[in-house]
Amino acid sequence: MSMQQQTLPLPGVVAPDTGHYRGDHLLVAEMVERGSKVLDVGCGEGDLLQLLETRGIDGRGIELSREGVNRCVAKGLAVVQGDADTDLINYPDDAFDYVILSQTLQATRQPRVVLENLLRIGRRAIVSFPNFGFWKMRIQLLVGGHMPRTENLPATWYDTPNIHFCTIKDFVQLCDEINVKMERAVALDMYGRPLRVNLPWWFWNMFGEQGVFLLSRAEKGK
Amino acid sequence: MVNLQSIPSPPVHGEERAHEADRPTSLLAAFGADQPLKLDCGIDLSPFQIAYQTYGELNADRSNAILVCHALTGDQHVANVHPMTGKSGWWETMVGPGRPLDTDKYFIICSNVIGGCMGSTGPASTNPATGKVWGLDFPIITLPDMVRAQTMLIDRLGIDTLFCVVGGSMGGMQALQWTAAYPKRVFSTLAIACSTRHSAQNIAFHELGRQAVMADPEWHHGRYFEQGTHPHRGLGVARMAAHITYLSDAALHRKFGRRMQDRDLPTFSFDADFQVESYLRYQGSSFVERFDANSYLYLTRSMDYFDIAADHDGVLAQAFRGIQTRFCVVSFTSDWLFPTAESRALVHALNASSARVSFAEIETDRGHDAFLLDVPEFFDIARAFLQSAGKARGLT
Repeated sequence: MSMQQQTLPLPGVVAPDTGHYRGDHLLVAEMVERGSKVLDVGCGEGDLLQLLETRGIDGRGIELSREGVNRCVAKGLAVVQGDADTDLINYPDDAFDYVILSQTLQATRQPRVVLENLLRIGRRAIVSFPNFGFWKMRIQLLVGGHMPRTENLPATWYDTPNIHFCTIKDFVQLCDEINVKMERAVALDMYGRPLRVNLPWWFWNMFGEQGVFLLSRAEKGK
Repeated sequence: MVNLQSIPSPPVHGEERAHEADRPTSLLAAFGADQPLKLDCGIDLSPFQIAYQTYGELNADRSNAILVCHALTGDQHVANVHPMTGKSGWWETMVGPGRPLDTDKYFIICSNVIGGCMGSTGPASTNPATGKVWGLDFPIITLPDMVRAQTMLIDRLGIDTLFCVVGGSMGGMQALQWTAAYPKRVFSTLAIACSTRHSAQNIAFHELGRQAVMADPEWHHGRYFEQGTHPHRGLGVARMAAHITYLSDAALHRKFGRRMQDRDLPTFSFDADFQVESYLRYQGSSFVERFDANSYLYLTRSMDYFDIAADHDGVLAQAFRGIQTRFCVVSFTSDWLFPTAESRALVHALNASSARVSFAEIETDRGHDAFLLDVPEFFDIARAFLQSAGKARGLT
């Protein structure tokens, strides 16, 4: 795997002036170049978009829930009601510099198609998702014998919107399969802090509570 | 004996209505022979006039002007007492100091559309060539014609770029036409409960309304002014049918149910036993007091013809290609005249054009009319959209 070669220094994740932002949002925001144009798919109540706005980034959003959309629009954000599975097709190629899918991949019906669309619409994609290989998940299944539930994923199996869980390892495999280049990969622990980059790969898959990936299209025929 | 009742004659006489059409209680921009309005039907309309109202102050940069486009039966009296009905303005909940369209911050303009009957040239105006009311001699006008006339007014006011064009229903259609045809003159667009084209069902309802007017013997092929009559029955029926389309089953049920009007038992007649009948009759009769029947024919027709994509090889996204205007599109869940699907199609086209667009669907049972009512969630969205656009525009 090429992942451990992606060694970029990580900034201090919880800076004093940005303490109220989520760790993964700060990490994602660090990955986006200033002045770029971004689409946030599944933007929730617009927290990440607001963070990006403070950094001079032109952000747009799609959100499935009407309440979420209306709260975003009432914050002055450019957000539309839509579904990652069905509405990404309306966006033209190369419309954005970055397309962000934050904690939403596992809730899509066709994660692979969604991922392909992200990299069609944007030159780069940033994908974050909960790692189902996290040790707490494994223990709950192994010892408890029931579907794992955590603080970040509190829903029961019968009412969860998350229908396509994967591990960090699974995701990396999918990226290889559809010829996506991983420019940067980070695993965050249960406190939202990045794990050290030189740790072995299995360690990430075991102790990373979520994975954050900066992706780009692998150049064809080269 | 069966009790027969129909819409009563309006208290406002033809002369008063004609007076408001030619010499309105409004600001007036007159365009002489040197400035004809080039209509889509090929005719140059000249001379013509536009009646309008303004609220608030234009700033030194001339960058804070908002054009409000009124709906089918609206007019320029957005936030002042109506000169004919004595009622308050049709959008006073939205326009005023501290309101979403804040008159302390923005310069609000609203003009009566061409083809209307409240002072802008239309079928109720006097044709200068004959000295008689235009009637059906008035050329057929389109939504793009209305907007073209508005650009001439905006030019006259010395405004290059509008900070925002706002409208609901037919007003929203005008806002979209403004943005598609003059993208550089529109900084932001707030399009509410509207569509980029009129649907077959909506054309059908309009045709019903027009046929009701034309079936009234007092219509006299549009020359009722000379006969001293007004087809108030036909126009009243048209309004009653249209009014049903502005509401929803749920709203009608909530407001009226099957409740009786001032009685406990049916009268075994065709009197307005039910509250909903009485309400509709009231809507019909109060409408004919202020509106011209021919104008109703022309304006409904202009909406029927409206289809932005048709001018762009049927591809809506082409109409907005490369657009820099910021959009906010709003629909209402129970609006079956301009359902959310129509707004969504617009949003998809705007996405395909990489336009900056916000789209919110507001949950309400009040139907199409919701855009005129007190819906706090909608006001919050409109306010925030304008504030955010104002920041980008450098308005503080």
